[in-house]
Amino acid sequence: MTDETIRQGDDGMTESARRMARLTAVRPRLLSFARLHLRDNALAEDAVQEALMAAIEKDASFAGRSGYETWVFGILKYKILDTLRVQKRQGRWQPLDDESDDDAIDRQFQQNGRWQDDARPGNWGEPDVTFENEHFWQVFDACMTALPDNIARVFSLRELMGLSTEEICQEIGIKENNCWVILHRARLRLRACLEKRWLKEETI
Amino acid sequence: MMMCKEATRLMSLKLDRRLTFQERLSLRLHLMMCDACRRCDEQFTLLHGIGQRFEAALDDRTPPERRD
Repeated sequence: MTDETIRQGDDGMTESARRMARLTAVRPRLLSFARLHLRDNALAEDAVQEALMAAIEKDASFAGRSGYETWVFGILKYKILDTLRVQKRQGRWQPLDDESDDDAIDRQFQQNGRWQDDARPGNWGEPDVTFENEHFWQVFDACMTALPDNIARVFSLRELMGLSTEEICQEIGIKENNCWVILHRARLRLRACLEKRWLKEETI
Repeated sequence: MMMCKEATRLMSLKLDRRLTFQERLSLRLHLMMCDACRRCDEQFTLLHGIGQRFEAALDDRTPPERRD
């Protein structure tokens, strides 16, 4: 649905009908957010479906102070955390291991700790311009998918969900040190992947 | 003298907890001398802001006066 069709209908629509239209419009973004966390299409669809249902049921409790989409997004965050907790209880999480070396990261550095020539970080330009770039988000999505599950989970809880490392430790049951090591790895892997797949393609 | 790999560890860490005085000092000295690490620092910072951007994009359809 385009912005245009929603706007045209605005005058004749009731408030809740208008909100239904906004839910439909925001659904794809909610879905891609859920997918980044849950790494499974069906689970992501379920979480978004439940969040949308809850939003419709609780419609009256939306106080209208902040954006409606942000409010729905908040509901989705709870649903995602719920799903992750269930997965954890079912023992579907691999233990987190920060002891072993990470080849993907070692490849970026020489033995002496300096950058490898072909891994030296380049200039990504202005963040505002970067984030406006639709292709950047596609590549970000692909690079997140390429991360190992454990690393991606900690990164997305920290950087997409906005939890503190202390909260992540409670959620996942790891030590904070462990969390910092994993985040360092996640950031180095993501930056290398983004640079290779996005920046290099952009400049061709 | 701190090397790049260790510098990236501190760059990452500073996004998750407050660095000690010693850590801040070593990182700052390294960044003064290393272009590649300065760019890495920018990249980590950009990734750190990604959640907010994601959320801001959701609300693009909200009238500006209603944004928090």
